Order: sequence, then C-alpha cells, then structure tokens
Amino acid sequence: MGKLLTFIQHQEGKVARTSLEALRGAQELATTLDHTLTAVVFGLESGPAELANIQLDEVLLVQAPELTTYSSEYFVAAMEAVLKAEIPHLLISSHTYQARDWLPRLACRVERPLVSDCVGYEHDGGLTWIRQVFQGKISAKVESSEGLVIVSFQSGAYRADELGSGSPSQRTMEVRLSAVPARVRPGDRFQEAKGAVDLSRAERIIAVGRGVGDEENLTMIKELAKTLQSELGSSRPVVDYGWLPHEHQVGSSGQTVSPRLYLALGVSGAIQHQVGMKNSDCIVAVNKDVNAPIFEVADYGIVADLLEIVPRLQKALEERNAD
Amino acid sequence: MRICVLIKQVPDQESVLKINADQTWIIEDNLVFTANESDTYALEEALLLKESLGGEVVVCTLGPERSGQVLKDALAKGADRAMFLQDEAFDRLDSQGAAKVLAKALGAEQFDLILLGLQADDTGDAQLGPILAEELDLPHVTLVVATEVLDGRLKVKQEQEGGWYQHIEVDLPALLTIQSGINKPRYASLRGIMAMKSKEIKQVTAADLGMGADDLTPDQSIAQLYIPPKTKDTVFLEGSPDEMVSQLVEKLANEAKVL
Repeated sequence: MGKLLTFIQHQEGKVARTSLEALRGAQELATTLDHTLTAVVFGLESGPAELANIQLDEVLLVQAPELTTYSSEYFVAAMEAVLKAEIPHLLISSHTYQARDWLPRLACRVERPLVSDCVGYEHDGGLTWIRQVFQGKISAKVESSEGLVIVSFQSGAYRADELGSGSPSQRTMEVRLSAVPARVRPGDRFQEAKGAVDLSRAERIIAVGRGVGDEENLTMIKELAKTLQSELGSSRPVVDYGWLPHEHQVGSSGQTVSPRLYLALGVSGAIQHQVGMKNSDCIVAVNKDVNAPIFEVADYGIVADLLEIVPRLQKALEERNAD
Repeated sequence: MRICVLIKQVPDQESVLKINADQTWIIEDNLVFTANESDTYALEEALLLKESLGGEVVVCTLGPERSGQVLKDALAKGADRAMFLQDEAFDRLDSQGAAKVLAKALGAEQFDLILLGLQADDTGDAQLGPILAEELDLPHVTLVVATEVLDGRLKVKQEQEGGWYQHIEVDLPALLTIQSGINKPRYASLRGIMAMKSKEIKQVTAADLGMGADDLTPDQSIAQLYIPPKTKDTVFLEGSPDEMVSQLVEKLANEAKVL
C-alpha cells in the first residue's frame, strides 16, 4: 500500500472549489491503487470545514508563520519538506493559477515530473495520464518514469458533488522556513472596477473569437447582435488585440455566463473559454475547423467561415422579423 | 537592463491538425508555424523596457530548424541578438529537460531579467518558466500583466482567477512569465527587417553545452495522441452556406425555441 497526497488550496480558510474536484480525482486514484489518502493544507490552525466529512485518511496541517498567505518560495520549500517526510507515490493538485506558479518549481526542486492540467487517468498495470494539447484540439496519454509523480487536474475534470464521505483524522507538521529567502514579496490582492457590460444576465450572447480575422469584420457581427437582440461576448484573443474591451470577455479570466442562446463565431473554445459558457442552454458554434474544441460543447455546429455565415444569418433574421 | 526573451515556435492557432501514423505527434508537413502568442507579448515587454531603460534584448529559442524564423522575426522587431538552441538531442524534451538545456545556455550570460509567455500553445504544460527559474536560482512570478522597474527590483501585477489581481515585488535578477494582452506587440518595420540581416544568431548544440543523451532523458513523454471523443451530440448542419443558415434559423426557432 502506498501513499497519495492531495494539496488543498484555500483563501483565508475557504477551500477552492477546484481543490475539491481534484480531491475527488484523488479519491478515485486512492481506491484504484489501494493507497492511503492525505489532504495537505498549508497555513491553517485547524482543518477547513469543507474537509470535515470527506472520505480521507487524514488531514495534514502544515504550519509555519510564512505559510499564512501564498508565496511561491515558501510553498515550494514547505512541500519539499512534506515530500521528504511523507514519501508519497503521488501528489495531486488542481491546476489553478496558483498551482501553475509553484508546482513546476517544486517538481524541479525534487527532480520529479509534473504532469500538468490532466483531465483523467487510465490504470492498466501502470498509470497513464490524460491531458489536452494544442489548445484542446487533441488529447494525449502521457507516461512518466518510475517514482513520485506530481499531477494537476483541470478544473471540471472531476465533480466535487461526487466526493465520498468519511471522517478523517488530523495531524500537524511544523516546518521551518526562516532560511528561505524572501525574494518574491506578494502585496495586496484587489479586483478592478466592474465594466458596464454585465453578460451574466443576458438572454442571448453572440461571442466572437479569433476567427473573425480582422477588427473591421466586427461591424457585421455587432449588426447581427442588434438584430438578434443579444449582447456581445468575446474570447480572450479578441480582447488582447484591443478589438473589444475586457468587459466583453467570457471565460476563466472574464465573465461566466449561462444565456438561453450562445452563438460562438470563430471561437476555438479552449478550456479557459469553455468554463465561462458551457452551461448555456443552447450553444451554436460556427468554426472552420471541425476539430475545434468548441464543438465539444455545441448543440448545433456549422463548419464554415463565419464571414460566409454571418451576412446570410443577418438577412434570414431580418426577413423573419419582417414577417 | 539585459533581458532575455524565450520564444517557442508553434503551429498557427488556426491550423487544422492531423495526428501522425504512430500517434505520437502531429503531421507537421504543410502546417503554418508562428511564434507562440504569449511569447510575442513577452518580446514586446522586453523591447519596451529596453527603450525606457537602455540595455540589450537577447532572444532565444529551442527547437528544430524551422524555429529559426521566430528569431529572425524578433530581431527584425528590434531584439539585438539571438541564440538558437538546435540539436536532434533536443527533440521531444519535457519541460525539465528543456529548462536544463536553457539553464546551461543562458547561465553564463547573467541576464537581469528573463521573460517568456505563460504557456506554449502546443503542449500547454505551463511549466518552463518556474522550472528554469529554479534551475538558475532566480525568483519568478507567473501570469504578469504589468511591469514597473524599481531600484534593484520589479513591481509586477499578476492576474489571478475570478477577476482578481495582486501586486508583487520581486528582486532582480528575476524571471517572469507574461500573460497575453499586457501590451500591443509591434510589427517589424522595413528598416528593422534590413537591420535584422546583420544581427547575430548564435547556434548552440548539445555538444557546445557538454550535454549528451543521458542528461536529456525525459521523465514524461507522450505515449499516444488522439482526437478527443465528443461528449455532446452536436448536430452538424450540412449543405451550402444558405442551406446551413436556413436550417439553423429553423432549429433555433422550433427546436431550441430561442428566437
């Protein structure tokens, strides 16, 4: 029997939802491999409430004055100490922005692989990790060398509401981090003022992506949005190019929406976009590439250049409105 | 300030990708390759810093022969010189392997700042930056959306999830991974393109770095690539553009009832 650790990210004691999803993945792995499962929490005096009734062998509270807020150098040093003491076979985490900041550095420190942003695994004697490559257009089965593997699971890879219940024990480990240099000094976290566009209440959204090709082509799409009485959304590149303000962006670094109709024009549908719109009632995707990941979540798909479709749709809707 | 920018060449985002016969990589013939998007923002940030503070911008890529183009493009935009890490022994490195090679190649240069995009749009590991920082014993910050140089240190703005940001101070020398949208990447000018031709592109091989196959055995590798199975029964509309549009309007009106 081996040991599986799962890292629980929290903000002032409130556990990140994605950590609970990854924990569900860890539960499945622990059962499959017949491993014990320990949840590792940094910088808390007592175990978070979200873990109190979860199927886990134990909650390990790792404590040091430097761990109360996130800093990559302290987190790497603390987890290095934990791995040395616990000698697990697997360390599981969610693939959050924070995890992306420190887990690669940890992996390098302990000279073991990090298989990042996984959506699942296969167990057939050995373990194979499943992750997306090329912006979700292709999936990859990844193998790793013998020994400890660090794995991060993508948001939504597992469901937090399927967590098994139990009553974990609790243990405390103190780590000394006073010798770690404070070369990175985090300041306050803040949110910027909300923009004028609230997409979360929109009934219909037309989202425009990189496939629009040129800023000038936005004119016909804005026209279509008016005819369809819909708000205008966008994927990240369109905002990065400066073609639309950030307040139109849908996805992990923009707004989360669930309109009755989501018409995605030239949006490839990378996971960062999908997390913001996949709960829409009816999703229509127009894209030149039949393998674009947006078709993964679409109810209706049109494989074509949006510039061929938009003027015709405009005309058809105008005729319909006139009837 | 002496700045190094790492740029990876990847398939253009609009590419239609096909998997090769042994299912271990994509078919690269006839694909259009381009600089990884967030790396182009990293380059622009470096050029802006050089313009305000003086110094040097060195661009570096690790990849097959075709990747040399991203260096030429960067030199044409204003980078001063380039390093091209090219060797068959560098094929299919994982992030830690690539970081080891880069650390050997860049270590002696003692850059004040190393910049790269937050992730490569091909493998999407999002690991190279922090690993390279560890290899070079530099502090790092990921997902940077604004930079400000202070005395011997940087103040950066980091993008976090759910619309949150954080200001972070980091001592120099340092490594940053840059988020797309931090600036407006420039186009090369005609003069820049002419000037590029006289700029140095230094070729570096595994032997130059004293590295052999033993140093470069990956700890993780792709066993199989496949097109992900569809989880939703998407109804694909067929026919001419006119036919597809009239079907769509009919379905939105009568099936989905959203018109």
